[in-house]
Amino acid sequence: VKPAVTVVDYGLGNLFSVARALETCGAQVEITDSPAGIERAERLVLPGVGAFADGMNGLEQRALVAPLQQYGADQRPLLGICLGMQLLMSLSEEFGSHRGLGLIQGSVLPIPAARDDTMRRKVPHVGWSEIVRPGSLASWQGSILQGLRSGIAMYFVHSFTAWPDDPSARLADCDYEGALVSAALRSGSVSGCQFHPERSGEHGLTVLRNFLGPSSAD
Amino acid sequence: MAANVRLIARLDIKGPNLIKGVHLEGLRVIGDPQDYARRYYKQGIDELIYMDVVASLYGRNNLTDIVRRTARDVFVPLTVGGGVRSVADVTELLRGGADKVAVNTAAIRRPELITEISRRFGAQCMVLSIEAKRQADGHWEAYVDNGRERTGRDVVQWACEGVERGAGEILVTSVDREGTRKGFDCELVRAVTDAVPIPVIASGGMGSTDDLVAVVEGGRADAVAMADVLHYDRIRLEAVRADAARAGIHVRSLS
Repeated sequence: VKPAVTVVDYGLGNLFSVARALETCGAQVEITDSPAGIERAERLVLPGVGAFADGMNGLEQRALVAPLQQYGADQRPLLGICLGMQLLMSLSEEFGSHRGLGLIQGSVLPIPAARDDTMRRKVPHVGWSEIVRPGSLASWQGSILQGLRSGIAMYFVHSFTAWPDDPSARLADCDYEGALVSAALRSGSVSGCQFHPERSGEHGLTVLRNFLGPSSAD
Repeated sequence: MAANVRLIARLDIKGPNLIKGVHLEGLRVIGDPQDYARRYYKQGIDELIYMDVVASLYGRNNLTDIVRRTARDVFVPLTVGGGVRSVADVTELLRGGADKVAVNTAAIRRPELITEISRRFGAQCMVLSIEAKRQADGHWEAYVDNGRERTGRDVVQWACEGVERGAGEILVTSVDREGTRKGFDCELVRAVTDAVPIPVIASGGMGSTDDLVAVVEGGRADAVAMADVLHYDRIRLEAVRADAARAGIHVRSLS
């Protein structure tokens, strides 16, 4: 039986590549923009590229905020990707202060353009950067990064980074020219990755397979 | 850590075919772009650029189908250019699986298009493509239609205007070096990277990994586009990556 996964369509970003990558990983993909679609999901992917406020507006217009919060509260599996991970946070400082879904406590802050050496850091951060396991975390076993080596590169495109209040929510970090950015977060059944697993080659597909669970291993 | 220099395969496309020319002219058919895209993906390319080289001449974009087929089994970022004229064109390409669009001719004709695309899809989606030809006075002029038609715009000024209007990346192609395998125009690339705060992709002229090292060190390129060196298998991608790393260039490690 193919693992079922539901991708949330809230009007932002490119669903095609996420859906296509999940299918390659063996998933039965459903795309939904309705509360009922979220309620019946076995696994949920919240993708997205764009501005935080636009993302929350897109969710609100479709009445998806409460169903997503309930879904997370029920400890069901959810993966946020890029903006989708940032929307999981409680607060964002992107162009004003905005409330997020609050499934992971913490805020979304800009990547600083100023560097310690007075050079300018290019923002957005675009490209392949290494993700590393925080020293406090013994292993990635059982997480979306299971089976990957700390230090492999993933593809990032972002100007803001999510900061969890609880540091133990940090699953992977990324050093972007001296600035620490959150590469992946986890809180209970809710995970997020700032990088794009659907655009990070075979290692990225491993992340999606891990999210889908053991039944997608082959 | 500094960002890794991106190794990009550039596939110039005419009709259904992958083609390659010299100075963007004298085009020769190489094969099915999808076969090459898939091969580069398996070899660990960081990104792909598809460029419809005759689209602007005929005022249309035929890439959507090729993009859609490629996106089925290639899971790295895909930039598509050639004949992108409107927000509607971008919507269609993104729906087909593209991640970014590269715009040249239409941006020259109507620079507001840069802002429209950037506002709608984000700056990361809007790559300003500039075809540059060196002039007698040492400056570079922007051209359109595969280096055939001059625009009167200075390349560096145009790049800066592109940034102000919302471009998220610049693809600078040296028409003089394109297809010659004589190395990148490092001075051109440096002039652009010194002037803009966004990533710059150097394109045109790669013949060896030394050329890549020169344009990253001398030109400060953030990414390097490779075409016929890969298409004709003159150098294998694995060797480019390994040699670049040995020369001290930060490239992503695949293992």
